Amino acid sequence: MAALGSPARTLRGLLRELRYMNAATGRPYRDTAAYRYLMKAFRAHRVTSEKLCRAQHELHFQAATYLCLLRSVRQHVALHQEFHGKGERSVEESAGLVGLTLPQQPGGKGWEP
Amino acid sequence: MWRSCPRLRNWGRRLLNWSPGGPTTSVGPGPNTLSPSRDYAPPAERKRFYQNVSITQGEGGFEINLDNRKLKTPQAKLFTVPSEALAIAVATEWDSQRDTIKFYTMHLTTLCNTSLDNPTQRNKDQLIRAAVKFLDTDTICYRVEEPQTLVELQKNEWDPIIDWTEKRYGVEIGSSTSIMGPSIPARTREVLVSHLASYNMWALQGIEFVVAQLKSMVLALGLMDLQLTVEQAVLLSRLEEEYQIQKWGNVEWAHDYELQELRARTAAGTLFVHLCSESSTLKHKLLQD
Repeated sequence: MAALGSPARTLRGLLRELRYMNAATGRPYRDTAAYRYLMKAFRAHRVTSEKLCRAQHELHFQAATYLCLLRSVRQHVALHQEFHGKGERSVEESAGLVGLTLPQQPGGKGWEP
Repeated sequence: MWRSCPRLRNWGRRLLNWSPGGPTTSVGPGPNTLSPSRDYAPPAERKRFYQNVSITQGEGGFEINLDNRKLKTPQAKLFTVPSEALAIAVATEWDSQRDTIKFYTMHLTTLCNTSLDNPTQRNKDQLIRAAVKFLDTDTICYRVEEPQTLVELQKNEWDPIIDWTEKRYGVEIGSSTSIMGPSIPARTREVLVSHLASYNMWALQGIEFVVAQLKSMVLALGLMDLQLTVEQAVLLSRLEEEYQIQKWGNVEWAHDYELQELRARTAAGTLFVHLCSESSTLKHKLLQD
């Protein structure tokens, strides 16, 4: 069995991702179908005194997988926009990526007309 | 990465331009005459053309509505999914798009489309064979002989999951340092083929997707059997890369980018399999009781 941590922690993570997603649309995340479904599922399968319940573990596994999906997509999009989303870089930007700057030439390059 | 984008863009265009009678998601031909200002400009993305996303229950399952228009697949079939949770997850994907629709982030939608349209026209046997074929070249069965630290790392990290799989299915898998890979007995393949045959077509599409992402049948089985979390499976799949990163340093726009993409794809595939095979596992449990 994969160790998943506490279900409450997974739920908090999921709600955080829902908040991130709905920050864009401006609507409260509590109005979404995903929020209602998650709360219903987590309430219906709340932790009981059982040490290990197969069905409950299965649901928690799905929730943790969904959390991983939402989190990874968010971070992937952030990296994509930062590094890959804008096409080819200019010379200045490319130099900046590796911590370099282009030389400053206040008077302009000598050989230019 | 970019290789898949023209296809996605075409898909978006077809999705939007297809207009039969009745309300659908067609919004007419959009202005697609974007001239890239520089070479290698990324492909243009569709604007988010809808406000509200909702779910309705139809005859064939759950459908997605974008502003009262029904969502269609690339082959213009009605988009219906068998489980409510999957429909909600797909609707959330569409609802979470900001100004433009980023198809490369919508893995669950993509998987549903693949299952509905079956663009490769494969039947169940072919899907199973495609998945089991990965066993011959399974990532975690190929071992290095040097350097010593990596040898030990592979042994410590990969052996437990191979052992577990061998015990769970009562088969022999083994590992090898030879370029030819381990010799998998025919019986192992038979057992796994008959195990995979118990899944339905939708779940099999997901399994094949996960196997192809992780390049490992054993790790995919660990995910299906709730033995590994997605994070663990991805770490094991990228074990050598992680070792090299520790040694030579991490490059955010290559290593982290691939890590997050692989995690997202693997998580989507795993969730898809679990949600699509849910009804069959419930029946299974009732029979056991």
